[in-house]
Amino acid sequence: MSTDQTDSIAFEREVAQLIVEALNLETPAESIAPEAPLFGEGLGLDSIDVLEVSLVVSKRYGVQLRADNQDNTHIFTSLRTLAAHIAQHRSK
Amino acid sequence: MITLPLLPRNDWHGQVALHAGQTVTLAAFVRDVKALATQLPENVHVINLCTDRYLFALGFFAAALRNTITLLPNAVSAEMYAQLRGEFPNLLALSEAGCNAGGLPELRVTRTGHGAAPLEMPQIPAERVVARLYTSGSTGIPQPHDKRWGKLIANILAAAQAQWAWTQGPCSVLGTVPAQHMFGFESSVLLPLLGGGILLPERPFFPADIAASLAVMPRPRAFITAPYHLRTLLESGVALPPVDLIICATAPLSQQLAAQAENAMHTVLAEIYGSTETGQIATRRTVMTNEWLCFKGIHLTDRDDRTWASGGHIEEAIALGDIIEHCASDDDGRARFILHGRLGDMINIAGKRTSLAYLNGILNGIDGVVDGVFVQPDDEMPGAAARLSAYVVAPGLKPNDILDALRQHIDPVFMPRPLSFVAELPRNNTGKLPRAALQALSAKSTTHD
Repeated sequence: MSTDQTDSIAFEREVAQLIVEALNLETPAESIAPEAPLFGEGLGLDSIDVLEVSLVVSKRYGVQLRADNQDNTHIFTSLRTLAAHIAQHRSK
Repeated sequence: MITLPLLPRNDWHGQVALHAGQTVTLAAFVRDVKALATQLPENVHVINLCTDRYLFALGFFAAALRNTITLLPNAVSAEMYAQLRGEFPNLLALSEAGCNAGGLPELRVTRTGHGAAPLEMPQIPAERVVARLYTSGSTGIPQPHDKRWGKLIANILAAAQAQWAWTQGPCSVLGTVPAQHMFGFESSVLLPLLGGGILLPERPFFPADIAASLAVMPRPRAFITAPYHLRTLLESGVALPPVDLIICATAPLSQQLAAQAENAMHTVLAEIYGSTETGQIATRRTVMTNEWLCFKGIHLTDRDDRTWASGGHIEEAIALGDIIEHCASDDDGRARFILHGRLGDMINIAGKRTSLAYLNGILNGIDGVVDGVFVQPDDEMPGAAARLSAYVVAPGLKPNDILDALRQHIDPVFMPRPLSFVAELPRNNTGKLPRAALQALSAKSTTHD
């Protein structure tokens, strides 16, 4: 496994922990599968949760999520897509 | 027969909305509505799924013109759709691109009005039922509430009179709340169109999107939102443009958050009190007072341990779901009151209402559930969306069995978090569940993961 891959997996864990803390989820962060859907059938998040997550993401990483970049649903498809978006746009 | 105009204005070249970056004049709007009305089949009920507020408005006004009732369900669940289809086999979805109509026949709403000939303003009978909104009701079974054209217009004009007083005139209006729920329907769709303002079509979601949309609105600007949207917007750190009025409803707002919003956006924040049943009935500037001032003509009376609202635009006396303390009326005789929270069984999360009795009925109706109870959060932080939790006795079931079953029946905001499995519920000898006993349970329960 390359360093890049190791880094992104570690970052996914960090974002998973952030989600669990922000939403007071009972689910342990390590049990959130990177490619499982965050909404509905998967982790069961809804739009209120998405706003909460967007808030902690802006505070922690300086990324203001936007819906009009065509990525609104894509960003929150899974832990992996969310972490990748943050990693690409983070300013802190 | 008393009739009232589609819109109470006659400035044909005046702007009533913005759509796809284009100015929509009153003449263009009326042509769009008439064109869509001709596409509606006879004898249908419609459910309006458009998120674009301009298309939503076209669908609603076209249906009203054709004497077709627009159904606006309170919750989005598979059960609600099934129930509506059962009751109205001729249900038609008014939809837009990218819409999931759940298998219903669809009519795609688009702008098809054309021509330049002089227009007459269409008239609609005041007694015509134009919308049917659903609430959980005290038993938790969805209760329809019909809205008649005349009363609905009276409702909006009363709101416009109260709100535009802050801005010395009509505003352009942007909302973060859905057009399909009572507050968004009234304030983000009907208020700008009937109240002489300008309707903006989008529903921005993330704070950065909201700020960008606000920044390009024509002045004066009115921003229609809910406490949890407002809180995330203020906490996000995005630079906020000035707005002239914030109208906030669906859940009580703290004075602190209201003051923060007024300072950050150099504005006045007016809260609205109302319900699906009554429509909007009172307002207050939250930083100035904790007393609500009723719209003209609204009466509040106590009877059978409840406070009832009547008069004005209210169709028939409605028992309010809140504990109300009456205050002295103002000089105009308008009633004033203080809110002291919800009546015990009622739940309001993110502006969606239901009752514990309803949720408990659903939970205990699941195959394999021996006993179960939903519990309200202890302290509700104003502006935060507190979650329900639930305790369940269900030896043969897995957490997902229960969550999947609940999801079929209830709106996602009411899903329990956490859902805890227990050996038995600490019912006392009358079968009731003392709150203290439930709290003691939480320490030793196993929660789902």
